[in-house]
Amino acid sequence: MKIILNIWRQKNPSSPGKLVRYVLPSVSEHMSFLEMLDVLNEDLMQKGDDPVTFEHDCREGICGSCGIMIDGVAHGPLPGTTVCQLHMRHFKDGDELVLEPWRAKAFPVLKDLMVDRSAFDRIIQAGGYISVNTGSAPDANAIPVPKPDAERAMDAAACIGCGACVAACPNASASLFTAAKVSHLGLLPQGQPERPQRVISMVNSMNAELFGSCTNIGECEAVCPKRIPIETIALMHRDYLKACWSFRPESTASQGAG
Amino acid sequence: MRLESKTPSGPIEQRWDRAKFDMKLVNPANKRKYTVIVVGTGLAGGSAAATLAELGYNVLNFTFHDSPRRAHSIAAQGGINAAKNYQNDGDSIYRLFYDTVKGGDFRARESNVYRLAQISVDIIDQCVAQGVPFAREYGGVLANRSFGGAQVSRTFYARGQTGQQLLLGAYSALERQVAAGRVKMFPRTEMLDLIVINGRARGIVTRNVVTGKIETFLADAVVLGTGGYGNVFYLSTNAKLSNCTAIWRAYKRGATLANPCFTQIHPTCIPVSGEYQSKLTLMSESLRNDGRIWVPLDKSDKRSPDQIPESHRDYFLERRYPSFGNLVPRDVASRAAKAVCDEGRGVGETGLGVYLDFADAIKRLGAPVIRERYGNLFEMYERITGEDPYKVPMRIFPAIHYTMGGLWVDYELMSNIPGLFVIGEANFSDHGANRLGASALMQGLADGYFVIPYTMGNYLANSNLEKVDSSHQSCREAIEHVTTTNNRLLSIKGKRTVDSFHRELGKLLWDHCGMARNPDGLNKALQRIPELRDEFWRNVNVLGENEEVNQALEKAGRVADFLEFGELMCLDALERNESCGGHFREDWRTPEGEAMRDDVNFTHVAAWEHQGPGKKPLRHAEPLNFEYVHPTQRSYK
Ligand SMILES: Cc1cc2nc3c(=O)[nH]c(=O)nc-3n(C[C@H](O)[C@H](O)[C@H](O)COP(=O)(O)OP(=O)(O)OC[C@H]3O[C@@H](n4cnc5c(N)ncnc54)[C@H](O)[C@@H]3O)c2cc1C
Ligand code: FES
Repeated sequence: MKIILNIWRQKNPSSPGKLVRYVLPSVSEHMSFLEMLDVLNEDLMQKGDDPVTFEHDCREGICGSCGIMIDGVAHGPLPGTTVCQLHMRHFKDGDELVLEPWRAKAFPVLKDLMVDRSAFDRIIQAGGYISVNTGSAPDANAIPVPKPDAERAMDAAACIGCGACVAACPNASASLFTAAKVSHLGLLPQGQPERPQRVISMVNSMNAELFGSCTNIGECEAVCPKRIPIETIALMHRDYLKACWSFRPESTASQGAG
Repeated sequence: MRLESKTPSGPIEQRWDRAKFDMKLVNPANKRKYTVIVVGTGLAGGSAAATLAELGYNVLNFTFHDSPRRAHSIAAQGGINAAKNYQNDGDSIYRLFYDTVKGGDFRARESNVYRLAQISVDIIDQCVAQGVPFAREYGGVLANRSFGGAQVSRTFYARGQTGQQLLLGAYSALERQVAAGRVKMFPRTEMLDLIVINGRARGIVTRNVVTGKIETFLADAVVLGTGGYGNVFYLSTNAKLSNCTAIWRAYKRGATLANPCFTQIHPTCIPVSGEYQSKLTLMSESLRNDGRIWVPLDKSDKRSPDQIPESHRDYFLERRYPSFGNLVPRDVASRAAKAVCDEGRGVGETGLGVYLDFADAIKRLGAPVIRERYGNLFEMYERITGEDPYKVPMRIFPAIHYTMGGLWVDYELMSNIPGLFVIGEANFSDHGANRLGASALMQGLADGYFVIPYTMGNYLANSNLEKVDSSHQSCREAIEHVTTTNNRLLSIKGKRTVDSFHRELGKLLWDHCGMARNPDGLNKALQRIPELRDEFWRNVNVLGENEEVNQALEKAGRVADFLEFGELMCLDALERNESCGGHFREDWRTPEGEAMRDDVNFTHVAAWEHQGPGKKPLRHAEPLNFEYVHPTQRSYK
């Protein structure tokens, strides 16, 4: 089938970009979306043109590297699917599509469809962990975890950090990403000791990274390839409020002497 | 050269404890005076970097990905083994050790494997403490399943996303150390050479993949956790960017490379659908617990699978291996599938596929149970093929999946270059000639969390390292080398794309050094690869420049290395005149067609030493001794 792509081309972060139109005359319905871009790139290179830069790695919907706006929808039209797992059988002969990078102040474009998502790592650095050094763990079965809690924690932990939630949000908020980690750890007994300070510092870090705030629009949940539920955001907000009330930063007096 | 394995002696249960006791320690206050480079942020690199930093070392951690969380480990699905015996079904450290040595077809070091089995239990504790949401039973305790080739349930899992959850655990530990200032993270930074000064590994040369900046980083030791080389075959289940550049460039600086021909084929992957195919997708092997594998009895039978009655089906694994059935190890299952396809009984458009059928399991357990167990895998299958496995059997075919070979290391995970440590899939490791399912995650984390932190201290405490800086001759030479290589790639301006070379190399290797090998084919490949390489360096087309994001240039460097690596792999396969594990030589099989080892001549590790461009590398042998598990022919009948 024939597919027409209007792709955002931008040489580097400082140069302006524009949409360039490409016609792909024979796309197979069995191809994945990225395989179609591979074919386009092979073709461009044969002609001596700069290939389109896009990120990808696992092509199995798990590493979170890929991510493109297809006609304004993060990862394209298929719900619960990353663009690397999207197959061309979901498109029609003659379709004309617009491909753009994630757009958010916190995700500057590096080249074409590739953006800088390192802000996500910094949010995790702010507290997305349980402080336990290697070697100091008790036996794994010493802490039973009710199955429903483990399942809910896993639902949240499934986040792949692709950034679609930010790209889809009119406020470019990173709430779903942050809430997924806050919920994953907050739902497990192991995550309780640091629960208050974790949510406070992760939320603060999210705000410092120039992500917008959440106004409950729900676009994030709609495009999330891992279907992270928006209720995680409610959980995060509740935890945040509670923590603001109850959390007292460690006082130096309590450290004791000797 | 003598390859000193440094394996301890004495009763096997005590060896690791004794080795740890004999190791020199670095005083806590002195640890921060040492800097360690860790390349890779997968399960191996990530866990090593985090743990070394927790101990107090300064860690510089590199990955070419945009974030440490993207490493290929993220894609592992099925699970991680540990000898916890939570199921009370007869598992033990000794049994895991025994299964791994036997599963590896007696080509791994007993001492290493025993240590791995011992440490396995600590890994699960550590991961649970980090918040890894493993599957649980209703009582709140951890759940287990049995996994390809094991007769006990010792595999821990987090739905079909075990690798993801374990990696995110290691990643969170790592980011905690980044926040603490003890790990300095260098994402989007690719290692392109190793710096060896006075015979010791002291640093690396890197290229920033955004700016193109080429620079050196120096340290007291270098750890490579850069993953496997399965992508030498072009099509594999590995992530697209996985490559052999780090280990290959270390090899060219003098590190020996062991058993490159030990590659693993995974039996349950989605078959190839067309020329444009960019990678192969694995369907977790756990599917074999409930799915039954079959092909039509008769090759002319082209009916749709639901029209073929039981009596016209051949459940070939159940028939050939009655006691293990569909759960035979990967190499055995893969070859059996190839055999029926070679007979013309393969299914699907290409004839390169067999059915994996859940109809019986759905009848027995009901669709909801199957959905709970495999829901995400079924979804993934449907997304890719457009077919619903609840209704029609899956079609699967073997694909390259894992590489047991890698840089040679001693018991302390140090290569023959002092100060160069290699962990995870990048080393030649503990799996011998064939890795058991769910054991790679175990090994990567064992190496990173629990082995390297000890052995690194021992190395540093025993070495009197002089100060070095980037003006050193070796640094300048290495930078120069990387810069000229890149410039050369950019200046060829030929007619063929990098991928077209990669695809051709992959096909050649799959045909001649894949699931079945023979001297004729290997010799053919050995003749063709240098020609292809030659053409690459004359006719490859890499556009753009070094000082920008240039994915074609990154790829070109990696494919240039694959074009050399593939040759060594074939050479190793040719010189190993036996069949063992993943290395199946058609001229070495029993009358029933099973793999036949030659224990008299090949109970050893083959470690190759680079001799310079155009010269045949030197093959060294490290003999293997089996004091506990005595070599027998593996039988799964
Ligand atoms: C689809 C699939 C499913 C699997 N499922 C299982 C399973 O269920 N159980 C199991 O035990 N095993 C499984 N495996 C195997 C297992 O996932 C891998 O062997 C293991 O994760 C490898 O980990 P690693 O840390 O050694 O390397 P990787 O995870 O590959 O990490 C390599 C790291 O090195 C970096 N790197 C590489 N080269 C360079 C360079 N030159 N410069 C800078 N950085 C570099 C990369 O960026 C990355 O961070 C599976 C493998 C595949 C392909
Ligand atoms: S490429 Fe990994 S999620 Fe798409």
